[in-house]
Amino acid sequence: MNAVSSAVMSAASASREMSLRRVLGAYLQEARAECLRYLRNPGFMIPTLILPTAFYLMFGILIGHANGPDAPRYLLAAYGTFGVMSPGLFGFGVALSMERDNGLLTLKRALPMPPGAYLLGKVVMSIFAAAVVSCILVLLATLVAHVQLSPAQMAGLFATNLFGALPFCAMGLMLGMLIKGTGGPGIVNLIYLPMAFMSGLWFPLSLMPKAVQDIALLLPPYHLNQVALTVVGLGHDAVWPHVAALAAFSAVFLAIAARRLRRHG
Amino acid sequence: MNTTGSPIAQLSSVVKRYGNHTAVDGLDLMLHRGEIFALLGPNGAGKSTTISMLLGLARPDAGRVELFGEDPQQLVARRRIGVMLQSAALPPTLRVGELLRLTASYYPAPRDERETAELAGVADLLKRPYAALSGGQQRRVQFALALCGRPELLFLDEPTVGMDLEARQKLWVALRHLVAEGTGVVLTTHYLEEAEALAHRVCVMARGRVLSEGSVDDLRARVALKRVRCITRLRAAEVAAWPEVAEARDEGERLWLSTDRAESVVRRLLDADAQLGELEVQRAGLAEAFTELTRAAEAPTEATREAA
Repeated sequence: MNAVSSAVMSAASASREMSLRRVLGAYLQEARAECLRYLRNPGFMIPTLILPTAFYLMFGILIGHANGPDAPRYLLAAYGTFGVMSPGLFGFGVALSMERDNGLLTLKRALPMPPGAYLLGKVVMSIFAAAVVSCILVLLATLVAHVQLSPAQMAGLFATNLFGALPFCAMGLMLGMLIKGTGGPGIVNLIYLPMAFMSGLWFPLSLMPKAVQDIALLLPPYHLNQVALTVVGLGHDAVWPHVAALAAFSAVFLAIAARRLRRHG
Repeated sequence: MNTTGSPIAQLSSVVKRYGNHTAVDGLDLMLHRGEIFALLGPNGAGKSTTISMLLGLARPDAGRVELFGEDPQQLVARRRIGVMLQSAALPPTLRVGELLRLTASYYPAPRDERETAELAGVADLLKRPYAALSGGQQRRVQFALALCGRPELLFLDEPTVGMDLEARQKLWVALRHLVAEGTGVVLTTHYLEEAEALAHRVCVMARGRVLSEGSVDDLRARVALKRVRCITRLRAAEVAAWPEVAEARDEGERLWLSTDRAESVVRRLLDADAQLGELEVQRAGLAEAFTELTRAAEAPTEATREAA
C-alpha cells in the first residue's frame, strides 16, 4: 500500500518537473506577450515609433537640406538614438512603476513565472521596438533622403541602435524601481525630453553653451549618439570610450535598481 | 473529501511584523487536499499577510511556512498552485486567449485552453481584449488564469467581488468540481454566505490570531444567540432591560432582539403583549457568529490599551 502510494507520488512529482523546453516556452510566451501588448498600445507606440519618424521626416528630410548636405545623415544617427531611448524608459520604466502599483507584478511573483522572464520579456520588447524604429529611419534615410550608406554602415547603425536600447532598459528599470504608480509617465517624460535635448540629439552640441556641453558628458544618449555618428561616418572620436561610458551607466543603473529591489522587494 | 492525509501547506507559529505592527501573531494553520478553507476576519485581521506568506511574497519573521513541503519562494512549490488576487490589473491590450496561453506556459502540465475556458465560463471571450470586458467578465478571466495550470492548491482572494449572481453561482459550481478532483482551495471573502455555502472549514482571524477554526456548524454553535423578530407594541428600550435579552432594537414597527434563551423570552413577550404577531425565531448565522467572535476579540484589547 505504501509502495503504491509512493509510486503514485513520484509519478505525480515527475509530471511536475518542468522540461527545459517548457521553461524556454514560458520565456518565449512572456516576450511575445510583452511585444504584443505594446504594439497594440498607442500610448507607447506614439512616443516610440511615431515621434522619431515624424521628427526625422520634418527636420531630417523636409527642411533638412537647408541645414547642409550632411543633415539627413547627422539626424539619422540622432533620431535613431532618440528612438531607442523610449522603449526602455517607457516600456520598462513606466510599465514597471505602474505594475508595481496595480497588482500585476504581485500576481506574477505569486505565479510560477520563471525568474527573469518578466525582465527578459521587457528587454526583448525594447530591443524589438528599437529594431522597428531603426528600420523605419534607415529606410526613410536611404529611400527618401538618399543618404548613401554602405552595407557595413547600415549593419553597424542597426547594431548600435539595438545594443543602444540596453542602457535605457537599465535606466528604465532603475526609474521603475524608484517611482511607483501613476506619477511614472510624467516623471519619465520630464527626464526623457530634456535628456534628449541636452545630449545634442535635436541641435548639435557645438551650438550650445559650454555648460550644456559639459553636462552632456554625463548623459547616456550623448555617448550613444557619438557612437552612432561615428558609425554613419560623421564622428571624429574613437568609439570605445563612449561604449565604456554606456556600459558604466548601465552598471550603475542596475546596481541602484538591485539595491532598491533588495530593500523593498 | 480526504482531509486525513498530510497537509499540502502549513504555517507553524508564524509571526510577521511590519514596523511596530504585528500583522500575524503566532499563527498555526494547515491546508488539505479536496477541502475549501475559508479565511475570514475584519480588515486588518492578518488574512492578506497570511496569504502573502503562503504565496512566497512575504517572509515570516518567525516560524515556518511550507507549501508542498517547500519554501513558498521555491518555483517548484508554486508550480502546484493557482492564484487569483483581489486586484490585479492584467495587460489591457492582450486578448483573453493570449493571457491564458501565457499563464499556462508557466506550468508543467496545464489544462488545455478549451477545458480551462469552459470551466471558468470564458469560452465566448477568448478573442476579446481584456480591457473590453466588464468587471465581472474580468474576474472570470482571472479565475480562469488561476485554474489553467491544473493547480493542486488554489488561492482565491475575494473571487466573486464584482460578479453578478449568475456568475457567482457558476464560479461556485466550478469550484465544487475542482474540489471533487482533489484540489485544495483557500478562499478569503467578505460574503459570509459564500463561506457558509462553500467552505468545509472556516477560520476566523482577528489581530493576527486565529479566533476560531472548524466547520461552519462548529462556528455557529459557538454562538448560542438566537434572533427574535415580531410586531408588538413593546418597545426596544423596555425589552432591553429584561435580563435574558442580549440586545434589542426597533426596526420600524418591528422589534428585533437577540438572546441566548429564546424560549423564555418568547414566553415573556407573549405574556406581555397578547396582540403580538409575525413572530420569527432564527438561529444565528455565520454572520452573527462572526460579529460575535470578532467583537469579543476586540473588547479585551481595548481594555488592556486603556489600562496601559
